[in-house]
Amino acid sequence: MARKPIEITHNGEEKAIFVADGQNLLDVLRRTVGDLTPKYGCAQGTCGACTVLIDGTPHLSCLTLAETANGRAIETVAGLAGGELSPLQDAFMRNFSAQCGYCTGGMLMSAEALLRANPRPTREDVVEAISGNLCRCTGYEAIIDAVMDAAQSAPRRMG
Amino acid sequence: MSIEFRKEYFADERDDDLNEIGRPTQRQDMVGHVTGRSPFYDDHLFDGLCHIRCTRSPHHHARVRRVDASEAERMPGVRRVILAKDVPNNLNTLLSLLDFGLDDEQLIASDKVRYKGEPVAAVVADTERQAREAAAAIRVDYEELPAVFDVEEAIAPGAPSVNPAYPQNLFVYHGKYNHQKLRFGDVEAGFRDADHVIEGRYQMSPIEQAPMETCGAIAAPETNDRFVCYTSTQALFFSLGTAAKLLDVSSARLHFVGGTVGGGFGGKVDSLHEPMAILGTILTGRPCKYMFDREEEMQVGAPRGAERWYVTDGVMNDGRIVARKLVGYFDAGAYTRLSSYAIVKCVGHLPGPYTIPNVYADVYCVFTNRTPATAMRGFGVTGVDFAIESHMDVVAHQIGVNPVELRIINAYRDGDMKAHRRVAHNCALIECCQVAAEKAGVRLSPELLAASSLKDGGGRRGEIPNFTATDEHGRVSGFDSGSYAQGDRPSMPLPDAASRPAPQPTPAPTPAPAPMRPLEPAHQSAPAPERTPEPADASTTPPGQPAPPERAAPRRGPTRFSSISGLRRR
Repeated sequence: MARKPIEITHNGEEKAIFVADGQNLLDVLRRTVGDLTPKYGCAQGTCGACTVLIDGTPHLSCLTLAETANGRAIETVAGLAGGELSPLQDAFMRNFSAQCGYCTGGMLMSAEALLRANPRPTREDVVEAISGNLCRCTGYEAIIDAVMDAAQSAPRRMG
Repeated sequence: MSIEFRKEYFADERDDDLNEIGRPTQRQDMVGHVTGRSPFYDDHLFDGLCHIRCTRSPHHHARVRRVDASEAERMPGVRRVILAKDVPNNLNTLLSLLDFGLDDEQLIASDKVRYKGEPVAAVVADTERQAREAAAAIRVDYEELPAVFDVEEAIAPGAPSVNPAYPQNLFVYHGKYNHQKLRFGDVEAGFRDADHVIEGRYQMSPIEQAPMETCGAIAAPETNDRFVCYTSTQALFFSLGTAAKLLDVSSARLHFVGGTVGGGFGGKVDSLHEPMAILGTILTGRPCKYMFDREEEMQVGAPRGAERWYVTDGVMNDGRIVARKLVGYFDAGAYTRLSSYAIVKCVGHLPGPYTIPNVYADVYCVFTNRTPATAMRGFGVTGVDFAIESHMDVVAHQIGVNPVELRIINAYRDGDMKAHRRVAHNCALIECCQVAAEKAGVRLSPELLAASSLKDGGGRRGEIPNFTATDEHGRVSGFDSGSYAQGDRPSMPLPDAASRPAPQPTPAPTPAPAPMRPLEPAHQSAPAPERTPEPADASTTPPGQPAPPERAAPRRGPTRFSSISGLRRR
């Protein structure tokens, strides 16, 4: 199978990798890059567990052809925490916003993109931002609470 | 989120020194979840990982005439095609680990498929795409058979026989009974005395658990002739025992790693993936992953099974329910999985949390050509609670009583005798109703507000009825009650409908609300309603067959360590 070289910035780090024809970004991130934080939930673009940021906007990596990521910056949950948890991750912990944890990575990336674009979202903004991310255990209220909490408690990181 | 603690309830039954309840406690796995580092089974990477995909039946019921894998075997990347004959011990039932139920399901179907999506072959290939393409290239010659999808049609005369272990399409309990029953008092007498007799029919459809992570497992060879298996299972030891049995390997050679489950809700107990992944590894020597894609999760993954209920209540004008009759049909789908157990649980829950002096229940585990059903959150109780509580509302409406009031009037109180002949204690339904009424703005009369689970129970309500109507309805023959294991059951002809025993005198269960058949009255106060002595005659053995040995030769499979069937074995 033909393989193409591409270059991406993965959580701030430049990487050169080979991708196969038709290979999706989720598969490349997990198998080639070794970043296991985006999850396979449906491979149909319906569940949001594979959500990553491409140049700052949320994308479903299962529906993204890997070669289209060439030259772009990819961000995943693996890059959210520095030395300590990000305010958003911390808010998810404080608000008990995860049970099985499988949707959490996608939720965090959708919420992260929202807070960067809109540091003071309304509850409706949050609902809209995570509307492409399904959760089957926790229920959405605790997740929305966490995003609102992060927005209120951590304005400094938006600066 | 605010939690309101009402510590006045059961206050005298505990020291008020709770050290966890009432305080937030962080989940031990939360840091892993918010950093994306929780190790789900698919987060274990292996070089040279192979992928397993199944060829699945497009039919609900069909004879498999021929499986031709010759083209698939020659396709690029294909390492192995796995057929039924490659499974070392290709017959199991999930609860055989508890000696509960006959082995009735193959990992890969050999001669027949009994539900849409049942695997007839599996392909191990280097990439998932190659495995998919090869699975699609396997030619299967099917002879379509009539299928049955409705529980009552399935047990009507002339219905297609679904599962060869249970030719009558009914699970057989204790080797003797085609349903679970509960008898307490005399419902017919209760109906005669009642001011109203109110009937209802309720039905619940199957429900898919739909976890975010689909079911799957990865197996790989380990040193010391062992296999490691990373799995999404909710039931690690079920999966371990099931894999050991189907593959005929010692469980000591299987190293299972699990515990991080991306949502289960009951849908990850069926242990379909671990044996297949390990078998792929045994046959190819490669690490193998077998997982449902989303479509398979929805179509093939076992749901909460459908249920149909007939409920008849005898009610007095003042709201007292004096008799309740329930006839229920659980749709197990094509194989038993956990449905037989769900019904045991269900009957233990009847007639709901109400003190009713006359109770009758027959609950059937029915096989149909639908997707096999399994566990899901409260299974066994959820469907019948829907029926009972819906019916309570219907009854309340018909006799002109507030639905909350009807529940308080009939709720268990401490000291009451339950239909299972156990005394109720720690009751709290009345208090729950009072709080619910308050929150919902429902005005309750002073008497109802003063009602308490601690008052007015026991006494006559705590007595077992002098007379309980019993019957022999539901007895079957041709099954060995010594053990469910087929290895212990040489007398049972298998596996084809053609060679199945002559029609049993199984009384086709009449859909309620039919009158109860005439019974020989028996006075009974023992807890077990049907403790009929084992017939000593040979009628359970078809003529011409040797009688089953005292204790048959040891069968394959894991040692049973306990039994929920009431047939505890050493």
